[in-house]
Amino acid sequence: MTTSPLAELSTHVADLISRVHLATTLADLQADEPFLIGKRSVLSSLQKSLGALAPEERKAAGAQLQEARRVVEEAFATHRATLERSARSAALEADRLDLGDVVLAQVHAPVAVGHPGIVAATQRQLEDVFVAMGFRVSEGPEVESDWYNFEALNIPPAHPARGMWDTFYVDLGEPETVVLRTHTSPTQIHLMERAVADDSLPIHSVMPGRCYRRDTPDARHLAAFHQIEGLVVDRGISFADLAGVIETFTHAYFGADISSRLRPAYFPFTEPSAEFEITCTICRGDGCRTCSHTGWIELGGCGMLDPAVLEAVGIDGDEWSGFAFGFGIDRCAQMRHQIADMRALIENDVRFLRQFS
Amino acid sequence: MKIPLSWLRDFVDLDESVGELTGVLDDLGLVVEGVERVGEGLEDVVVARIDEVRAIEGADRVRLVTVDAGDGPLEIVCGAMNFAVGDHVPLAPVGAVLPGGFEIAERRMRGVTSHGMLCSARELRLSDDPVVVQPLLAALGITRDVVFDISIEGNRPDAWSVRGVARDLATRLGRALREPDLARPDETDETVTYAGAGIDDPDLCGRLTVSALRGVVVRPSPAHLARRLTMAGMRPISNVVDASNLVMLELGQPTHPYDAARVAGRTLRARRARAGETLTTLDGVERALAQPGRGLGDTGEDCVIVDGDDRVLGLGGIMGGAASEISPGTTDVLLEAAFFDPMSIARSSKRHALRSEASNRFERGVDPELALVAAARFVALLRESNPEVRWMAAPLDVAGVVPTAPTVTLREGDLERALGLAVSDDDVKRILEGLQFRVTGEGPWSITAPSARLDVRTGAAGRADVIEEIARLYGYSRLPRRTPTWPAPGALSDRQRVRRRLRDTVVDLGVHEAWTPTLGSDADFDLLVPGGARVRVTNPLAAEEAVLRSSMLVGLVRAWGKNAERGLGDVAMGEIGSVFVHPAVADEPRRTRGGAGATLALALPQENERLTVVLGREHDDARTAVATWCALATRLGIHDVVVRSRDDAAPGLHPTRTAELIERGTNRRVGYVGEVDARLVAALTTTSRRLGVLDVDLDVLFELTLDAELDQIVTVPGRYPVALVDLAFVVPQGVHAVDLAEVLMSASDLVEDVTLFDVYRASALAAGTRSLAYNVRFTSPEKTLSESDVARARETLIVAARALGAELRS
Repeated sequence: MTTSPLAELSTHVADLISRVHLATTLADLQADEPFLIGKRSVLSSLQKSLGALAPEERKAAGAQLQEARRVVEEAFATHRATLERSARSAALEADRLDLGDVVLAQVHAPVAVGHPGIVAATQRQLEDVFVAMGFRVSEGPEVESDWYNFEALNIPPAHPARGMWDTFYVDLGEPETVVLRTHTSPTQIHLMERAVADDSLPIHSVMPGRCYRRDTPDARHLAAFHQIEGLVVDRGISFADLAGVIETFTHAYFGADISSRLRPAYFPFTEPSAEFEITCTICRGDGCRTCSHTGWIELGGCGMLDPAVLEAVGIDGDEWSGFAFGFGIDRCAQMRHQIADMRALIENDVRFLRQFS
Repeated sequence: MKIPLSWLRDFVDLDESVGELTGVLDDLGLVVEGVERVGEGLEDVVVARIDEVRAIEGADRVRLVTVDAGDGPLEIVCGAMNFAVGDHVPLAPVGAVLPGGFEIAERRMRGVTSHGMLCSARELRLSDDPVVVQPLLAALGITRDVVFDISIEGNRPDAWSVRGVARDLATRLGRALREPDLARPDETDETVTYAGAGIDDPDLCGRLTVSALRGVVVRPSPAHLARRLTMAGMRPISNVVDASNLVMLELGQPTHPYDAARVAGRTLRARRARAGETLTTLDGVERALAQPGRGLGDTGEDCVIVDGDDRVLGLGGIMGGAASEISPGTTDVLLEAAFFDPMSIARSSKRHALRSEASNRFERGVDPELALVAAARFVALLRESNPEVRWMAAPLDVAGVVPTAPTVTLREGDLERALGLAVSDDDVKRILEGLQFRVTGEGPWSITAPSARLDVRTGAAGRADVIEEIARLYGYSRLPRRTPTWPAPGALSDRQRVRRRLRDTVVDLGVHEAWTPTLGSDADFDLLVPGGARVRVTNPLAAEEAVLRSSMLVGLVRAWGKNAERGLGDVAMGEIGSVFVHPAVADEPRRTRGGAGATLALALPQENERLTVVLGREHDDARTAVATWCALATRLGIHDVVVRSRDDAAPGLHPTRTAELIERGTNRRVGYVGEVDARLVAALTTTSRRLGVLDVDLDVLFELTLDAELDQIVTVPGRYPVALVDLAFVVPQGVHAVDLAEVLMSASDLVEDVTLFDVYRASALAAGTRSLAYNVRFTSPEKTLSESDVARARETLIVAARALGAELRS
């Protein structure tokens, strides 16, 4: 009987492992890799010698060799991880900087020009117009319960009108009880509840903020977008006041030659409800491709607060009445700056950002 | 909804131009989304007689046809096979221009010349069937028409029909509304002798009528009815099915015809589905019924129609089953016309993800009094192709629970209060009666809505509904406008004002404001909070957009990396936005109400507004980040926040080059400053550049800024000279430069300011120590300091520094 080529295997393994541990730097270990676990390792030459064995012996020997290789490779990997860790600690230590010791006079930052985001800047312009018209600015959270986003706004559970908003549901609580707000209207509910609680009606407020709808993004829609809504609750407020506020805003923001008109529409939270359209800002009313040759483009929705909404927040509809309106901030930015594709707003391409001052 | 003008004209005289009508419809809130002109461009098409059909050698797909169009024989090469000698077909001769602008010219094919084209319906834009060459009669049936594509609002189920739209038009234009032709039962035998009907659950099915029709012959609909359906966007199937669809389009009542021979006991009953029951609907899908739904407010209820053996035939008001479908051999028909509870239909339809023309109408509310009118119209339409059909007397009519038409009171002044205009009594009456409301009394008026107006509510809400109808028909454009005023001034909140200052300052410091995604992937989340609790969206658009961000850092580094790939990495990018903490691990989860009727207490994620800035310009690093913070803080008037290095930096931050921003005194954390961990940069970008980072919690920043604004007292600098002294100390480990500066500042009244100007570490110094060098400015409000004053003050400072173990460096 001839000696098995693997007779010395355990010695080889022990030798290889001790050589793995001899390496004190990653570079050394890397340089040794072919001799330890690579093609030039003793394990590889043993592998070749197995060809001489009888088939049944070859199988057992192969398995044995496989196991030996696993043990060495594991030792190699473990040692490499150890060396990497200490290399990183050494690098971090060399890199250490006590930020309390920074000498400001020694920091040389370039003279650089920054740029505000188009959406934030547009939001500010809109806020300024409304503040000048006597509105306050209110804000609210982006994650809301279904009550604030829907039911208090006269959209009961399972109501078909919920289909008007493609809603992202948040995985908290009972199914469909928590949503990413689909509009800023829940902030209206919070405002009215608070005003009732501290007896501080009337309300004259606009509510800008980020909203979410489960819409595949395209040139005119983003799944996350910004809206600004307005809410007035006061004594003696009528549809005429709503139409007047819309018209005043339109002139103030878009210019004296742009006016507004209202068209009947349906929103569960207002009655009467209207879409509001403004003179096409591209053709100034002459008719073009953008406005489908009508001279008008749709901007947003509005209406008198539905009695069901007032009831939900506990406001006496005999004493108080009000209106609400809302439209997209991004849409305004798109129209005003003629942004061909809305998706540019979320791509953060410096070439886009730096055009806006 | 697509409505041909010719169909509207069945109900009301309309002489207006298409443009005028579009304007009127828009102004009524029946928004016209498209206008399609049918039959336009067919002026050139003539009717020709087929005289001869021959094969062309070597061609098996086209034949040579000789036709006579009145001017002698013409040879045409044609690919259609479905005509024979003697048929009359439409011919577009050479020179004709077809709809779409296609001009016919002579063409040579297979060695022969074609002098025109025989037209299929598709080429003439008459139907969707591309194969059939229309024979003469169909060609003669062509009339030019206009199809309005009207968007019907969700609260106007009454308008979701040709008659409903016509009713609005008639009222607005002050014209009469015509009623359609209705059939009457003509069989003396009563329906009850032949068929049965019942309602087990009157809350789900408010009315079930069953008409029995005998002597039905299933055949194609007459051409003009088929064309109406086609124009309205539906496919003609057979006279029975078409009649059902036509009635739905015309009057708004969905009906369902069953083959009586395939309904056990010729009986239809409406009941709740039981758990375990299934139904294969006409779309071929097997559906498990009465399964609790996941959606909020979903009761898991389904209303089904069953036969005499209690076998499920269909989902009531949504879709029928295949088993009892009308087939070519059907001779007797049971016609179901019913009222189903709108909310139940909405829930079932959502749960089964099954929307049909019928369910869309029922879930919004179909006129509960319309069922037998619709049956009568169905029979009238069916008679046009099936004159021998007989309608049995006394159709079955079982009552369940239907909504009662509300009566609303409109008081003197209500309209003026709501609209700012006192619409005249005559106008109000004309409008409401035109819409078939019943108006009685005189100020206050008592107004009863027609049964079709299920959208009209009771009480104050109902009054708003009626006022909207009056305003809508009167015309929004005729209502007045008034700009209201109120005493309270408009204003930003403090927080908004401070946020604006912050944003302006950040931009002034050279930052490009970005907008990065709120929703990211699990992997993104784990980069910063490995394995942490996260807020997840149940139905994301993509798996990479399923988790609410815990930080803007990942988004900003990625956005910076994209710019760097374009060679535009020399840029600082920042964002002010919300980040989210799962309520289970939040310091202050938001508690609120939710669920049906707001009966559940919910814990919502904590939302933190933060500013994050990533500094990616050449040479930017943790030092630049510190300097940026200092500039920002100075600009906002914040002076008491110190930069404290720490070794346990959060994942994603450089472990030895990151510091917290801490408010001295309260120890509140304002944010952090430093560098992005090189591993994070490597994971998110293709570069290995050092990125400085600054992250600030706006809640804390706002308070600090507002505090700073409140006690901002400005002092006048002294007029006496300033003595400048440099002091360098050897300082033991653990002593912060800012703390020593503070000690020096407060050691003497004569110190005006202390500024760190150098930090020095070297082997010449004792291990662990470093040298901190400060410029000190001495001055007095009272006099010019003498040399000895300065020397004494200097000595005081040196002594004071010893409290921190700092020794003057010799």
